[in-house]
Formats: sequence, structure tokens, C-alpha cells
Amino acid sequence: MRFRARVEVQLRPGIADPEGATIERALPALGFDGVAHVRAGRSFSFEVDAQDEGAARTTATELADRLLANPVIEQSRLELEAI
Amino acid sequence: MAPRIGVVVFPGTNCEHDVVQAAEAVGGAGVLLWHGDASVSGVDAVVLPGGFAHGDYLRPGALARFSPVMEAVADFARAGGPVVGICNGFQVLTEAGLLPGALQKNGRLRFLCQPVPVVVASTSSVLTSLAAVGDELVLPINHFSGNYTCDDDTLRRLQEEDRVVLRYAENPNGSVDAIAGIANEAGNVVGLMPHPERASSALLGSDDGLVLLRALVAAATASSVAA
Repeated sequence: MRFRARVEVQLRPGIADPEGATIERALPALGFDGVAHVRAGRSFSFEVDAQDEGAARTTATELADRLLANPVIEQSRLELEAI
Repeated sequence: MAPRIGVVVFPGTNCEHDVVQAAEAVGGAGVLLWHGDASVSGVDAVVLPGGFAHGDYLRPGALARFSPVMEAVADFARAGGPVVGICNGFQVLTEAGLLPGALQKNGRLRFLCQPVPVVVASTSSVLTSLAAVGDELVLPINHFSGNYTCDDDTLRRLQEEDRVVLRYAENPNGSVDAIAGIANEAGNVVGLMPHPERASSALLGSDDGLVLLRALVAAATASSVAA
């Protein structure tokens, strides 16, 4: 089976996010009021061949933790769908 | 015989010749090591120099840690061999897990390229053994991701175990505890954001980096590690 994985990587809560903060500071000048807690992140997508969803999830999770995210400061969230 | 200082070249590294020249100015023999080789070729010390290894794609150091040479560097470090990561090399060492913590984007998102005063905070490392605690050195920094970050437990351990080796006199990038450089438990692996090799000649503005490079060459001389 083949699965499409989407991994979203964000800084852990409590880790300062200079990029998110800079975006947030720019918002009032653009007329966006009432927007708070902007956090920047990255999104990755890839396809995995695996026996079943569990196996695909294991592979994608390991890939996310070992390479896409630096667990010292970042966390990842995985979405998986069969294609 | 002059101790052999191995300087690792990744695709995108750009400070290797500066490090070789500076090491040779203080009595070392520079040897360039290619990242694709699975060996450090019997050198007496290893430097991971500055630059943009693998284009800094994904995160600085994130791909470099998977280069074949890094396993040999890790073995060399575990055997007690002196290993120093400068700037991008520091980022590689944290990504590879040879040093704790991570280097985040600078606070205020500024690329910083300027000489800064740093203060020696510990002399129990291969890079600072010839300096004195409290010495102020003016060294250039040149980075976008030099904002040292770690959890509270790690920071406490670094402080209690005397492993913060250099601190910024005026924190330029938001690093916790103004950390500019740290060492591992044994003091043989050191990472720092400032570039001592760019402060190795008074003619070029500062030779404050020489005390650090001399210590590295001395440690390489003493290193009996056969890598």
C-alpha cells in the first residue's frame, strides 16, 4: 500500500520563535487586529510504501523525529492517508 | 613532528583554508578531510569549520550529521580526541548529538557579522586550556543561527560541570546565559559560534583567537588517539 504523509514541524511551546514574533509585529500595520500567538513552522509531504497504516506511521514518525525535526527544540505532527 | 589538525570539508564549507592557515601559524599541520570519507585519517585533532554544509538545507547541520565522516568523528571524540566545531561546525556537533542543545535563529532575525567581545568562562576544555577565566577576547561572529538554546536541566548541568567555555560580553543573538561556546563532559569536544581562525593575525584586526588555537594544537600534540 502507498500512503501520503504530511509532517508539520513547529518549535516546542516555550521555545522563543523569532520568525513568528516578527510576523506578529507586522500584522497591525497591515490592518489585522486581534491576531495573536503567531508561530512559524514548516510542512513536508512525502509518500511511503508500507504493508499497512501502522508500518507507514512508524516509518514516517521515525523520519520526522530523526531528520525533519530537531527534537531538542521542535515537535512534529503527522497526518497520513492511503492513496 | 607537527600535530596533524584535520579540517573537515563538507559541500558548502567555506572556512577550511582559514582554519588550516591559522593552525599552521601556531605550529599545527593542517590536513583537509573530505566529508564523504568514513575515516579521519589518523589526525591528532578534528575541526569542523564554518560555512554552509550541505547548503544548510532543512536546518544548519541537519544533513551534515549524516555524512560518512561524522561516524569517524564521533568515534574519535569518544576515544578522547580533540574535536572543535566553529560556527556551522558547532551546529553540526549539536545536530549530531556530540554536544547538547541546539542553535536557533538569532533573536530579532538578524544575520550578525561583526567582531564581538567574549569572555573565557572555563579553562577545562581543549580550546580554552591556555587562557584564563575572565580573559576577554575579541572574535568575529558571522551567523544567522547562533542563538544557543537548551532546556533548563541541560543548562544547569553545563553550568555546574563547568562546561560553558565562552560567554558573550554583550549577548548579540539571544543565546541562553549568553553562551558562545560549550564543551562535552570530558572537555575534548568544543563548539563555539565565534571564529578564532579569523582573529589569528593582528594585521587583520585581532589575534585574540591565537590563545584558543594554541590550546587546540597543544591538545592535538598530547592526543595519543589513533583514529
